[in-house]
Amino acid sequence: MIDRKFPNLSRRTFLLTGTAATGGLIVGIGGLTLGGETASAASADVVAMNAWISFAPTGRIVINIPRAEMGQGVYTSLSQLIAEELEISLDQVDIEQPQMDGAYANYVVALGDDDGSGVVWHWAAEIVLSMIPYIGTGGSTSVRDAWDRLREAGATAREMLRSAAAATWDVPASECTCANGTVTHTPSGRTLSYGDLAEKAADQSPPSDVVLKPRAEWKIIGKPVARLDIPEKVNGTAKFGIDTLGDGLLFATVLHCPRLGGRISRFDADSVKDMPGVSGVHEVAGGVAVVADNYWNARQAADALDFEIEGGDAKLSSEGIIATLTASLDGEADKVWVEEGDAITRLDASANTLEATYTAPYLAHACMEPLNATVLYENGKGTVWTGNQSTTVAVWATAEGLDIDTDDVTVHITYLGGGFGRRAEKDFVLQAAQVAKHYPGRPVKLLWSREEDIRADTFRPASATRFKAALDQTGNVTAWHHRAATQSVAQSFGDRVMPWGGGDGLSDEAVIEGGLHQPYRLGHQLVDYVHHAFPVPVGNWRSVGHSQNAFFIESFIDELAHAAQRDPFEYRQALLADSPRFAAVLERAATIAQWGRNLGPNRAQGIAIHKSFGSICAQVADIHLDPENGLRVERVACAIDAGMIVNPNTIAAQMESGIIYGLTAALFGEITIEDGEIVESNFPDYEMIRLANAPEVQVEIIESTERPGGVGEPATPPIAPAVANALFRLTDTRTRQLPLMHAVDIWT
Amino acid sequence: MKLRINGTEHDVDVSEDMPLLWVIRDTLGMTGTKFGCGVAACGACTVHIDGEAIRSCSFSVGGAVGADIRTIEGLADGSTLHPVQEAWIAEQVPQCGYCQSGMIMAVSALLSENPSPTDEEINSSITNVCRCGSYPRIRKAIHRVAETSNVGTSVGVETEEEAG
Repeated sequence: MIDRKFPNLSRRTFLLTGTAATGGLIVGIGGLTLGGETASAASADVVAMNAWISFAPTGRIVINIPRAEMGQGVYTSLSQLIAEELEISLDQVDIEQPQMDGAYANYVVALGDDDGSGVVWHWAAEIVLSMIPYIGTGGSTSVRDAWDRLREAGATAREMLRSAAAATWDVPASECTCANGTVTHTPSGRTLSYGDLAEKAADQSPPSDVVLKPRAEWKIIGKPVARLDIPEKVNGTAKFGIDTLGDGLLFATVLHCPRLGGRISRFDADSVKDMPGVSGVHEVAGGVAVVADNYWNARQAADALDFEIEGGDAKLSSEGIIATLTASLDGEADKVWVEEGDAITRLDASANTLEATYTAPYLAHACMEPLNATVLYENGKGTVWTGNQSTTVAVWATAEGLDIDTDDVTVHITYLGGGFGRRAEKDFVLQAAQVAKHYPGRPVKLLWSREEDIRADTFRPASATRFKAALDQTGNVTAWHHRAATQSVAQSFGDRVMPWGGGDGLSDEAVIEGGLHQPYRLGHQLVDYVHHAFPVPVGNWRSVGHSQNAFFIESFIDELAHAAQRDPFEYRQALLADSPRFAAVLERAATIAQWGRNLGPNRAQGIAIHKSFGSICAQVADIHLDPENGLRVERVACAIDAGMIVNPNTIAAQMESGIIYGLTAALFGEITIEDGEIVESNFPDYEMIRLANAPEVQVEIIESTERPGGVGEPATPPIAPAVANALFRLTDTRTRQLPLMHAVDIWT
Repeated sequence: MKLRINGTEHDVDVSEDMPLLWVIRDTLGMTGTKFGCGVAACGACTVHIDGEAIRSCSFSVGGAVGADIRTIEGLADGSTLHPVQEAWIAEQVPQCGYCQSGMIMAVSALLSENPSPTDEEINSSITNVCRCGSYPRIRKAIHRVAETSNVGTSVGVETEEEAG
């Protein structure tokens, strides 16, 4: 059992690096200036109550949030947890991104929740605890990980403030109430603000037995509090990594080896050094960087650079890879993940079996903000400004690139213009540091072009999966064999990013996630895996293994329903007889969607339910297949059970977000490899859903007293099968490959 | 060359064919306007040139000389937000927020020309990409602005409870 208590900093002063000038958020941008305009106030002393809460002399309350704000609202929801117990209003709060500290580790992302669901990278579980702690945002874990710890931090600080007031007035603490950032001595009406009490409070002994508020008393948790970062995001002042400025700033861009698995063996700096604004050309991890006086000049030169490549496989193709994956399903499995009873014998003996093989392609992340990082190397120390999902990885990569100690790195995590798992990687930070080392005293902003961002992505892996099931006379499943063939994300990611490497891929639950802990009654179960390694870098893509496995599983369940001649909703309800929590979510989605109503010609509904990252999400897609214009998803009804919730508005937004992200992939998403190179390069050939073809989304959040689940990813897995299942109703043809644009025209 | 941006004259010494986006961001340090694709396919770089929504990544700076250029930083009137910005806050539109400068510039240009657009007109006019899926709220926010009185009139920002 991990000790989840944070270290108590009983009296510690540390420096603020930003300014509250906007009346909102400080994101530790630091003291860089451009053209005389000062971007930061002089550092101010704050009084730290603990690793999370500090009081500034201005009266503002500084909350340290060591998680990346990438639109999921984590700055706000985590502040709500603290504010509830601390008894403050969010109007008083400024957010700071802290430096690395053990207090900020994300335990849930490494170890999972107590119920065993939502485990991410659990192969690294034991190692993480003994290493520099992993401070990262991913796996839809921020609220789950912070749930107890941040409320305890708020409650503990509150009690110390109450004790300090009681000591000041020489009255019993029981006569003092805390509300709205103030302690009041109820009998006499005397008050003291938290700010005035801070120094004395920080010297109090922190109580070891704080009692958290019961749910019935919550005033902030569970409420649709307005996001703290939104005002900056409508007036252009929100600073993303790409917006870092500084005295003497240099601009760099990178050219990667176009062939997967290859390298740039030779480049001719002379071919570009006389181009406008160019300062230098340097080898970096994965390619070559060109440095200039602005991004445009750097990019012109990078595009003109004379270079040669070697290595890699010029015959590699995604078509070949998918054929290899599919063929491998006939062979031996490398790992058995679930074995309950004897599925193979039952299947062989059954007179009524159904078998189907599915495939899904590689996918790119395509965050709106192309990858970038800014590094300053000065006096043997490094400073990095970047939107990375992991403070730890940003520090490691900077230290590695500059060849200095991690203790000599100062990190500023900015807002992220999309993360989706791509920004958990180290490559763009490492490259920036490697370039910066050549220019001591000058910050270097390294920015990838959109083309490089897509082509040098760490892709959602391609996969092939086969199901075989035996049905009895009423359509109940009596035996189930689920075999997956794909690359291991944990192996690929671990080899790139983690000091201890990626392992052999055989302990990576992500390859089969969604297929374990099945809520359906499936009788005898065998779930196994055929391992592959291709020279294609694969990484965490929003919902990871669930992103393809939900399409496979929920499509096949739908096939079984139709084989049994039963309604897909009713059939699932029957199979969920032992899983009432799932059944309730499915029921809610069907209700919102008015499942079964007469939709008129060329319209149909499809349903899917999937649990991921601790939450259960069911969706019904209403589609219209117009003979002239093609397929359009008009509405998605979404029910989510995420346990106890912090902010229903950010949850609704994450449902809308996950659905549209997943729908883009379901309809259009495909990264093609031909002759060893990625074909797609930019939005014109990597099609996106836009306002015109975005569905209406209706969300209902199930009331629950269960422990919180995640919300960043769970809405992505169900949408592809919901739409594919609806398409089957209209065409009577089962689509077993994504993207759907190969099966039907898509309305754009 | 001289550029007039948000009412202020700037003197810049750059090549005429440099895209306006990079002059704004890198030369002048005005980072509200964003880079998303560089090929006018996503709209993150949208600014107003003489009132018209233009994708600045694909517009040469030379062509902007003498024009009235407006970026997201110049949309508000001092501390009074533009009605589109007010609606964006009221509907809690942004997620990561990176696309929103361009989105707001595109929408404000549309509404100044067509204060009550139909959904079809909105669809064909607002083609910016948002990877976070804020489209449903964008549509709602556009209708919200259209339903109030003239664009140009300040709309009060709602309380926290109403914003939910």
